[in-house]
Amino acid sequence: MRKSKFCLAAASILLPSLLFAGDLTGKVTVEGTVPKPKVIDMSKEPACAKSYSTPPTTETVVTGPSNALQNVVVYVSQGANDASAPPPAATTLDQKGCRYRPHVVALKVNQELKIANDDPTSHNIHPLAKTNREWNKSQPPGSPPITAKFDQEEFIPVKCNVHPWMHSNFAVLKTGHFDVSKEDGAFTLKDLPPGKYTITAWHESLGTQTQDVTVGAGATKPITFVFKGK
Amino acid sequence: MKNLALRLVIVATTALLPLTGIVYAQESHIGNLTGHAKTGKELYGRFCVGCHGPRGDANGENAPYIDPKPRDFTAGTFKCRSTPTGSLPTDQDLYNAIDRGFNTTAMPSWDPLTPQTRADLVAYIKTFSPRFAKEKPDPPINIPSEPPVDIASIKRGSELFQKLECWKCHGQEGRGDGPSAATLTDSKDQPIHPYDFSSGSRFKCGETNADLYRIFMTGLDGTPMPSFADNVKPNEAWDLVHFLRTLQVGRPSPENNVLKAAGGRSILAPATEQQPPAAAPEKKGSGGN
Repeated sequence: MRKSKFCLAAASILLPSLLFAGDLTGKVTVEGTVPKPKVIDMSKEPACAKSYSTPPTTETVVTGPSNALQNVVVYVSQGANDASAPPPAATTLDQKGCRYRPHVVALKVNQELKIANDDPTSHNIHPLAKTNREWNKSQPPGSPPITAKFDQEEFIPVKCNVHPWMHSNFAVLKTGHFDVSKEDGAFTLKDLPPGKYTITAWHESLGTQTQDVTVGAGATKPITFVFKGK
Repeated sequence: MKNLALRLVIVATTALLPLTGIVYAQESHIGNLTGHAKTGKELYGRFCVGCHGPRGDANGENAPYIDPKPRDFTAGTFKCRSTPTGSLPTDQDLYNAIDRGFNTTAMPSWDPLTPQTRADLVAYIKTFSPRFAKEKPDPPINIPSEPPVDIASIKRGSELFQKLECWKCHGQEGRGDGPSAATLTDSKDQPIHPYDFSSGSRFKCGETNADLYRIFMTGLDGTPMPSFADNVKPNEAWDLVHFLRTLQVGRPSPENNVLKAAGGRSILAPATEQQPPAAAPEKKGSGGN
């Protein structure tokens, strides 16, 4: 009896918050001058170079139409209180044409990351972690995906030592509420129950921004992050 | 009176604070030896501080003049381990490193120190990174006994050398001059050179065939050298060891004898075709070496 009462109480607290959980959408843009993408010289790796009709360029800052800024990790840095919730299903990182796809991977602490090599050449995956373990594994063509997990919150630069132009970033977060801005700068943080949150936007070279947001029972107004170039 | 009691509490707490550090202060265990960080600290101040620095962060007063740079102990990342990539080294690994020194670097062999001294140093070195208080090293990798050296093994090893693309950094003749060699940096962004097999010199992490096996299976953490443990089976690893020994052309070895008797290098796997010098975007003068 006591148990069922407890369940009822729990349900009456949890249900409305789940029922009214909404999506927080928004857009990331950049103002001012940003470094222009540079052409990557892949002549030392013909297997990759030949997969491009136009020469590939660096992805340190990738912009889209109307100043949209891509590859920004947007996440709930305070208020989500979901650190103890199980991590989302595995996410993937591909190595294709000697580049990382996607360029930036956001994942929750202890979420599985499957790293695949689609190239006809060897790569080594080298997360230059400081808080997490730093490791370095070779992945010859045709080898099975490497499954990795990181147990601490950290923004980890990742490189392939064989191909010095290959850079990625793993954003390991305490929350499962995150997204990476798309080509049009758009992002969506799904299933946020009504409440007060701090939202953080992180870009690998343009820095970090935060905003406080109140999510109500109805639709929440889209938010905007504007990064400054130099 | 109350005031005095309060004071006593404060004094006791202040006196206990350093104790929390002592709780983390480590011992080391190498065979029958137990090393103590407290003794190690004094020894470190005498033998190690000049390069590795008082905080163990590789900022000793000699460090600016040293290439490659001294190890930064605060990162808890070590090249020569018996454990898989990402793992802490064992106490024995650290002891061996002090004992052996690092060939082709400024780190000498500390063989003249007594085993107890070296064990004490290991205990103290482990206090610089919080990782040693929080984690245990993974179990060492298993190295099965070495099969006999024969030409078939060397040949299979030469095929692996192509398949795994070791030559991308080490070069087709193992001279450390592969296409990626010039751009290599370590995890602190310092330029680093791949091992030149033709020099025949001792490896940084030892000199036996088992040491060589261990190097490419564990990887040298903190450097571009990755672990191949996921992609190389134990028997293949020995094949690769046997082939790599033949790249140490001037060094007398069973591998070189077997290869010579079988007719020399021409019987081995051909070098992967390297691209013709790219015609288009190459700048003037950046060809050659």
